[in-house]
Amino acid sequence: MKKVEAIIKPFKLAAVKRGLSSVGIKGMTVTEVRGFGRQRGHKEVYRGAEYQVDFVGKVKIEIVADAAMIPDIVQVIQEQARTGEIGDGKIFVTPVESAVRIRTGESGKDAL
Amino acid sequence: MNTGDTTFILICSALVMLMTIGLALFYAGMVRSKNALGTIMQSFIIIALISLEWILWGYSMAFGPDKWGIIGGLEWFGLRGVGMAPHDVYATTIPHQVFMIYQCMFAVITPALITGAFAERMRFGPFLLFSLLWATFVYNPLAHWIWGNGGWLARMGTLDFAGGVAVHVSSGVAALAAAILLGRREGYGSEELRPHNLPMTLLGAGLLWFGWFGFNAGSALSAGPLAGSAFVATHVAGTTGALSWIGMEWRATGKATTLGAASGAIAGLATVTPAAGFVGPISSAVIGLLAGIGCYLGIMAKIRFRYDDSLDVVGIHGVGGVIGLLLAGLFADKAINPAGADGLFFGNPKQMGIQSLAVLVTIAYTFIVTYLLLKAVDKTFGLRIDLREERSGLDLSQHEETAYNI
Repeated sequence: MKKVEAIIKPFKLAAVKRGLSSVGIKGMTVTEVRGFGRQRGHKEVYRGAEYQVDFVGKVKIEIVADAAMIPDIVQVIQEQARTGEIGDGKIFVTPVESAVRIRTGESGKDAL
Repeated sequence: MNTGDTTFILICSALVMLMTIGLALFYAGMVRSKNALGTIMQSFIIIALISLEWILWGYSMAFGPDKWGIIGGLEWFGLRGVGMAPHDVYATTIPHQVFMIYQCMFAVITPALITGAFAERMRFGPFLLFSLLWATFVYNPLAHWIWGNGGWLARMGTLDFAGGVAVHVSSGVAALAAAILLGRREGYGSEELRPHNLPMTLLGAGLLWFGWFGFNAGSALSAGPLAGSAFVATHVAGTTGALSWIGMEWRATGKATTLGAASGAIAGLATVTPAAGFVGPISSAVIGLLAGIGCYLGIMAKIRFRYDDSLDVVGIHGVGGVIGLLLAGLFADKAINPAGADGLFFGNPKQMGIQSLAVLVTIAYTFIVTYLLLKAVDKTFGLRIDLREERSGLDLSQHEETAYNI
């Protein structure tokens, strides 16, 4: 079992979700997040006062899946979330030690 | 001069001004959060821009000395000669300037209504220019035809109490032209372009309803029985509009929605606007009922034809305005307003013909001129924000602000 965490541009969420569904992903968790990397933030102005806003709004997708599916998932996200511009985001893959479905108590792969 | 009438119209002017703020909130709740401020701004700044236009040349073009029944002359440019003495035809019991400022609020809200059609994708500068041109070349002539002393639609006997022609049909048809010309938003049909704050929309709808009493009852231009009957007709149509709309969606989808209730109320209020001062309470109940059904179907048609009139200006104001003008031709009753006319149901079939002609002429004139104005602004400055700006939203790309910060 592995976990994929992808930070993407918010307007790409629908395309990524469609792509993931088409390779058989049946669930994911999505969070609105803020952060910065190489993409510059933006300027906001309130009554003449300029504010440099470094944290840019992004969407974080988290998926835990069987290790065999990870290459497909990563490929789909990379293809669907890409615009070619700076700030397209990142994908992280980490091992997952255990998983439990709360309703039934199933664990491991059965819980996914 | 009558102090009661003057008081009433001053208060009604303030009520109608508040409608544009209500509209700002009504629209802003329906867009995505990244466009909330940009959407509010489009209505808010129109209050400033069009009020100035109105005192400089708008009022003169709409209500000034008649030229061939089609336009007012510029003799009243900058309100020259529009003082505190009452005019001898318009609202003869209140200062002329009070009548002018009351009409100003109508001129303001009409271009603001159109903004719902191009929500989330119009550049701010070209939007200002378009609104100014539209007020000048569409609103002012139409207002003259229907309300100006000598206007040809008025002389023909068209019944339009408070703004079917100049406000609702015109904004609805202009919205259609704008939606077609600007094209769909990115993600239309493939992404969820959901409302971000419906409580804001309901608050806006409530303010619109509140202000509408000033819009319709105030159009009696005196604090008397006619204002009273227009007030009642307005309220009744708002209620039946809300009820019939939620009835339609309940039947279609199994649930009644808050956005449906708000939309239905606005549909009822818009539809009764041309008829408000000519019909009794039961007639207005029927008008509101038909408004809820007709405008609901109008919005379903949008989905079928796939044009992106984002906040349904065509379906609510266009369809509602047309239905209202036609229904005025059915339900008008001289027992309610002796200065009006009888409709078909009260023994005057000719009125339907007059109403239909007014509708057709308004649609044709508005569509053609709006289309040309939009084309001209598009060719010179460009109407639409670029894709990157559309993705980041109006708030940041047009105003360098964000509505919600943590």
